[in-house]
Amino acid sequence: MNDKAISLICGIIFGIGLVVSGMTNPEKVIGFLSITHNWDASLIFVMGGAIITAGPFFYLFKNKEFSALGDKINWPNKKNIDKKLIIGSSLFGIGWGLVGLCPGPAISALATFDPIIIVFLVSMAAGVLVKKNTIK
Amino acid sequence: MNNFTPFSALLGGIVIGLSVVFYFYMTGRLAGISGIFENAITNTSQRLSNLAFLLGLVIGPLIYFNFIASSAPVAFNITHSYLLIIPGGFLVGFGTRLGGGCTSGHGICGIGRLSINSIIATGVFVAIGMLTVTILQQFGVYL
Repeated sequence: MNDKAISLICGIIFGIGLVVSGMTNPEKVIGFLSITHNWDASLIFVMGGAIITAGPFFYLFKNKEFSALGDKINWPNKKNIDKKLIIGSSLFGIGWGLVGLCPGPAISALATFDPIIIVFLVSMAAGVLVKKNTIK
Repeated sequence: MNNFTPFSALLGGIVIGLSVVFYFYMTGRLAGISGIFENAITNTSQRLSNLAFLLGLVIGPLIYFNFIASSAPVAFNITHSYLLIIPGGFLVGFGTRLGGGCTSGHGICGIGRLSINSIIATGVFVAIGMLTVTILQQFGVYL
């Protein structure tokens, strides 16, 4: 199997996970971010479930140099906490709070055929491209 | 907490975790969706592979809606205000790439690897997201 088939399969599994978890529904995410009003803690269980599943494997694989398909593994090794990390994550937080969609659920939400999702994704692509072309 | 769904949330999270592990084991890449999205639209070398992942993200829910849970309609409720959608989308795109990750890249892969950067990034976007929703609620939005 090549990496395109693997990517497709992993995307499908990831997308099923998102929809089972309820996180493709922006209302659910807004419910989590609504800390002072009818708080819905479900998202903690989604992230918790994913982290406790993936974490031990990352630990197990920590000295791996090559993937099963033979690619060199480049672990992200950035250690310094800089302005970009804080400002970028803050801006993402604002956008997340405005709509209740982060990148994964936004793409999966195309499956609802709601045209507003396309408006969101085009805006998101614009944000990615502006970042890429203005900040090194 | 009248909409609290811990069991489906945990199950969905475990499925997402399995996808992240399998993707990493096979390709050596971390399944951060904002990074995959950026590479799909800007990086020509692995474009098809990244597009395949994004296509899977759309097919997954379709499979689920049509073959697994056809009887239970999955709720989907999103704002239709362009005043929220357009700046929201832009900030999600810009912010995740400036900060180096999103809920999957920092929140799942990063915390799963116990990366300090990712733990801080996740704390920041969750806190600012909560602040944003709380402010919107002062103006009657999302109440």
